[in-house]
Amino acid sequence: MSVSLLLDSITLRFGGLTAVSALNLSVSGEDLLGLIGPNGAGKTTVFNLITGVYTPTEGTITFNGRPTTRFKAPQLARLGIARTFQNIRLFGSLSVFDNVRAAVQLHRSHGIRDALSRGKSFHESEKVVADQVMEMLELFRLARLRDEPATSLPYGEQRRLEIVRALATQPKLLLLDEPAAGMNPTEKVELMKLIQFVKDKYKIAVLLVEHDMQVVMGICQRIAVLDHGIKIAEGTPTEVRADPKVIDAYLGHEHS
Amino acid sequence: MNARNSKKWLLAALGAALVISYFSAQFNRYYLGVAIDVGINIILAVSLNLINGHTGQFSLGHAGFMAVGGFTAAKFTLLTAPAFFPLSLLIGGLMAALAGLLVGVPSLRLRGDYLAIVTLGFGEIIRVIFQNSQAFGAATGLTGIPDLTTLFWTFGTAAITVYVVTSLVNSTYGRGFICVRDDEVAAAAIGISPTRYKVTAFVVGAFFAGVAGALYAHHKTVMQPDGFNFIRSIDIVVMVILGGMGRTTGVIIAAVVLTVLPEFLREFASYRMILYSLLIIGLMLARPEGLFTIRKRTNAGA
Repeated sequence: MSVSLLLDSITLRFGGLTAVSALNLSVSGEDLLGLIGPNGAGKTTVFNLITGVYTPTEGTITFNGRPTTRFKAPQLARLGIARTFQNIRLFGSLSVFDNVRAAVQLHRSHGIRDALSRGKSFHESEKVVADQVMEMLELFRLARLRDEPATSLPYGEQRRLEIVRALATQPKLLLLDEPAAGMNPTEKVELMKLIQFVKDKYKIAVLLVEHDMQVVMGICQRIAVLDHGIKIAEGTPTEVRADPKVIDAYLGHEHS
Repeated sequence: MNARNSKKWLLAALGAALVISYFSAQFNRYYLGVAIDVGINIILAVSLNLINGHTGQFSLGHAGFMAVGGFTAAKFTLLTAPAFFPLSLLIGGLMAALAGLLVGVPSLRLRGDYLAIVTLGFGEIIRVIFQNSQAFGAATGLTGIPDLTTLFWTFGTAAITVYVVTSLVNSTYGRGFICVRDDEVAAAAIGISPTRYKVTAFVVGAFFAGVAGALYAHHKTVMQPDGFNFIRSIDIVVMVILGGMGRTTGVIIAAVVLTVLPEFLREFASYRMILYSLLIIGLMLARPEGLFTIRKRTNAGA
């Protein structure tokens, strides 16, 4: 099934400050769209708008043809939008296993009554969840760390776990907020492979906010450039790289 | 507690409560009274642990919920003299749960200290309402409540409370409480509704506090609004902190210790609060994760 996210002239104001201004953006199918721009350009704000953390002042957001402008984060997760965070947000007091387990819960129907009755169906259902979690942990080479506290993992693995947790909600659209931040060159290459792997394996759309040009230019099919909350360019990596407005605002001139 | 065997544990605990209460006539009345106090405090501490410990919502309103349960149950018993005592307990619990819902919903917009202040205010409002309502005896409170609370009902309820709280938390569904405590934004992003979990915690926690209040009323046979001031709430919070937030076993031990300890310290009774304060300060310095928590090895030597 093809997925589509549409932002139609989205504006967000905080008092006198216009954080995002008349932004149009679309992600569909198995796109890998990169969103770049200087610090404070409003990239993370766009993420927060899409995932229901903020509600836009003007404009509409539609996901698979459904207006989702006023939806809150849990509803959007249910519809199939998952995200990671710029500053990793794992559940610190839970193990690696439980971090993913909490996310698997989303598309399962059992709740309080099952948990209290502890019947046969409860144990079966818990087993299905556990299998599902372990399968994902093995796929992403985290299985050996299953009982470790999530925040005790090395940085790169915390990033990976956060992506796994997002994938455990069975999303159709995955938003990655600066996944390469703080990574060394080897980890960045690993990350690019990981994103490509996720896309191929799960056939989902990915929206990537990133500062690292090597990563963005390396894997994105399309790139949108934000500056002061305004989209100043959109196109293929080659087009964007050659765009004078982008060079002015973000990439900078080469001094020779 | 092994989650798989928790039902067996529940039955075993209920059985033990039944056997012990069969011999309760032979116990010294004083010890019997203390034992029931212990049971009531276990219920209070374990149920508050669901709100404060597992879900991370700092509530100072537990004495308020207890008062709602105690007064309604006592009034119900006095009015109707029910043939079956648990009916009173249930009514007390349900009324408190309703109060939990009423506090829980508006409180969701608040976090941390602000929530603590609102719940504290709630507890005081409840107390003042009972103090001023003639139907509940105003400042004198209710007296002549039949002495119906037995060891069995107390520890039976305590066992059920422990079972309910641990079963809720130790399930895939229940991981949601801890997710909400750890990071609400991340929890919402994976489809966990912080609102729903917080309200659930408040309602379930308040229900058992209400039952505890009902047991208390039928144990002391008098209900005075003054007994449910915020110091009572603090007492329960101390049990939760001392036992280790979110650790059921630790909280049970803390409830037992902190109920029995003042009995040993009777002659210094007026210094009890000083002792408490010193205990908390010392504890926070020495073991911020709770006295009975087994220290987990995490990163950065924390």
